[in-house]
Amino acid sequence: MTVTEVIFYFIAAVSVLGGLGVVVSRNVAYAALSLVFTLLAVAALYILLASEFLALVQVLIYAGAVAVLLLFALMLTRARDLQQTLDNSQRPLAAIAALALLGVLIAMIVLTNWPRAAGEPALVSFNAIGDALFRTWVVPFEVASLVLLVALVGAIVLAGTEEEEE
Amino acid sequence: MIPLEHFLVVSAVLFSLGVYGVLARRNAVLILMSIELMLNAASINMVAFAAYTSPERFIGIIFAVFIITVAAAEVGLALAIILRLFRNRRTANVDEVDQLKW
Repeated sequence: MTVTEVIFYFIAAVSVLGGLGVVVSRNVAYAALSLVFTLLAVAALYILLASEFLALVQVLIYAGAVAVLLLFALMLTRARDLQQTLDNSQRPLAAIAALALLGVLIAMIVLTNWPRAAGEPALVSFNAIGDALFRTWVVPFEVASLVLLVALVGAIVLAGTEEEEE
Repeated sequence: MIPLEHFLVVSAVLFSLGVYGVLARRNAVLILMSIELMLNAASINMVAFAAYTSPERFIGIIFAVFIITVAAAEVGLALAIILRLFRNRRTANVDEVDQLKW
């Protein structure tokens, strides 16, 4: 086992355990923290895939902004009674469905003969990504900025205080 | 070198956990977190395929960047909706919001 493999399996275990914590934890704050662990582990996976830029974006946007936003939402929507259960009655069915999906996906992954390029994944320079983003993909990029603007305005309109409506 | 399949299996496990969370959780914020898990699983797939199979490697990265962008927009909007819901109904549990009109 090489060092890379050890690191990979460690990171994979962290991400899966974090994901498990998100979906089975009885405390919403622990669930949010587990999500942060998973997001950081996914960033580490991106580094193993030689995509440093994505790892950086993942840490900044997901582990930074999105996690804080989720924690704020948990804080603002805290229910009066803390004893209530976080899961609904269809938990056994949900577990069956998720396990069935996992079985199908893993069978598909194992049985498929994936094409592959020779050699290690090469490191991608930030310059090359910027070049691709602003030449080939400039139209989707601009549309994405529009999506963000619309989401921003929509969020403000939805969450804004309208006292006369109450 | 780590086989491509191992990345795909990690991604499949994360996706299944997300599916379980969406189906089993009551709290809308926790459901949103499970959706984030699924989006991350999809991104891992994109980047892994790009890194292992395609010499034109930017495509996977660009796709993942757009997934992250849309996920950020989605979280913002969904949290606004959840806050509005909580203000109107005093609850963030989706199974308690089963009326079309009140």
